[in-house]
Amino acid sequence: MSEHLIRITVLDRKGQAHALEAPTDLGLNLMELCKSYGLPIKGTCGGMALCASCHIYVMSNHALPKPSDDELAMLDSAFFVQPNSRLGCQIRLRDELDGLQVQLAPESE
Amino acid sequence: MGMDSKYIETDIVIIGAGPVGLFAVFEAGLLKMRCHLIDTLPQPGGQLAEIYPKKPIYDIPGFPSILAGDLVRNLLKQIEPFQPGYTLGERAEVLERQADGRWRVITERGTVHVAPVVFIAGGLGAFEPRKPPIGNIGDYENGRGVAYCVRNPEEFSGRRIVIAGGGDSALDWTIYLADDAASLTLVHRRSEFRGAPDSVEKVQELARQGRIRLITNAQVVGLKGNGRLEQVIIQHETDGLFEVDTDYFLPLFGLTPKLGPIEHWGLELKDGAIAVDTRDYSTNLPGVFAIGDINTYPGKLKLILCGFHEATLACQAAFKVVNPDKKLSFKYTTVTGIEGFPAKTPR
Repeated sequence: MSEHLIRITVLDRKGQAHALEAPTDLGLNLMELCKSYGLPIKGTCGGMALCASCHIYVMSNHALPKPSDDELAMLDSAFFVQPNSRLGCQIRLRDELDGLQVQLAPESE
Repeated sequence: MGMDSKYIETDIVIIGAGPVGLFAVFEAGLLKMRCHLIDTLPQPGGQLAEIYPKKPIYDIPGFPSILAGDLVRNLLKQIEPFQPGYTLGERAEVLERQADGRWRVITERGTVHVAPVVFIAGGLGAFEPRKPPIGNIGDYENGRGVAYCVRNPEEFSGRRIVIAGGGDSALDWTIYLADDAASLTLVHRRSEFRGAPDSVEKVQELARQGRIRLITNAQVVGLKGNGRLEQVIIQHETDGLFEVDTDYFLPLFGLTPKLGPIEHWGLELKDGAIAVDTRDYSTNLPGVFAIGDINTYPGKLKLILCGFHEATLACQAAFKVVNPDKKLSFKYTTVTGIEGFPAKTPR
């Protein structure tokens, strides 16, 4: 097993926990990881912080890099936004994120 | 057909004037096929022009970096010799097959397009206003108080208005409508605005002068009325719920792409995209192809450069539909150059 592997827990919209294993040496983001596990996240815009369909809540105390202006602007026009809201596509998977817990935000139109 | 509706006949109707739809015109033109593009947006270029014209793109072969807006300009220049037609600012609503086997695409404004081949290059779908998740919002749409865009500003003069949102369009319309409105309330989820600094300053000045009411750290969470909107219910982070009397509610949260009418055209869909055969990007409907971000197949990547490839192969198959009796002779442009169509020949 590669040493560049972390574990991430994703709560789906029904509250069910999914344990994901994530490689950190492929430049993947959290949205792509969720999609590859078949979790119900659309990722409509392909990871450009343009659609908010990968809106998640960060449940653990990991220190994530600050959101960019683009991400904040997108969250401004998203719904169900909380102080711990982020866009999954803007969270790059790194070794420091081992043990991260997130929850999928409700879908909006 | 209404008095004003237009009728267009061509070889390929392309739904979606994004980069892939535009490049399809070039490849079709090399094979002497004429194209007509339809797009919901008022200008060609799709999301490159509408959402990120200033964003550099790094994975177009031969361009270490190119701004999205420049890529669109270059594509428009590249297809100029092939004189495509455009129906812009209209959404394709209906796709139906005629008795003669050709396809008919009708827009929301009744423009009719007829061709043996249809390319669906709709990208992420048609851009539609993002609607806030308020259960009964649909009860107040269509002239009963909720509007997602301002078509006719006079409609709002002398009225009470509540605008929600923190971006440029919320700010711009607040500034514009404040003058003539009976009252105007701007509700924003946070205390900072992300719009142009100049607009932010103007809005704050209007609030200081008491010409608008600015409610930040709050969201509109409910609507009340009897057949027509009468109040919005606002939830403030610390002050809780309260109501504001109003005639209009304008939620201005930008645009979001939706598959829209395409969902109901009898196309085989998979995960919200159109399933295609990768030999020619054909769909389950004969003569209808899907290229670019809107299609899906094993190994699909949503990249512009993949869409260019898909458009090229789809044109080869389209040629056989448009010209059932001709054999296709593939030519390299480097050998033959580009032979455009003669100047404006109405068909």
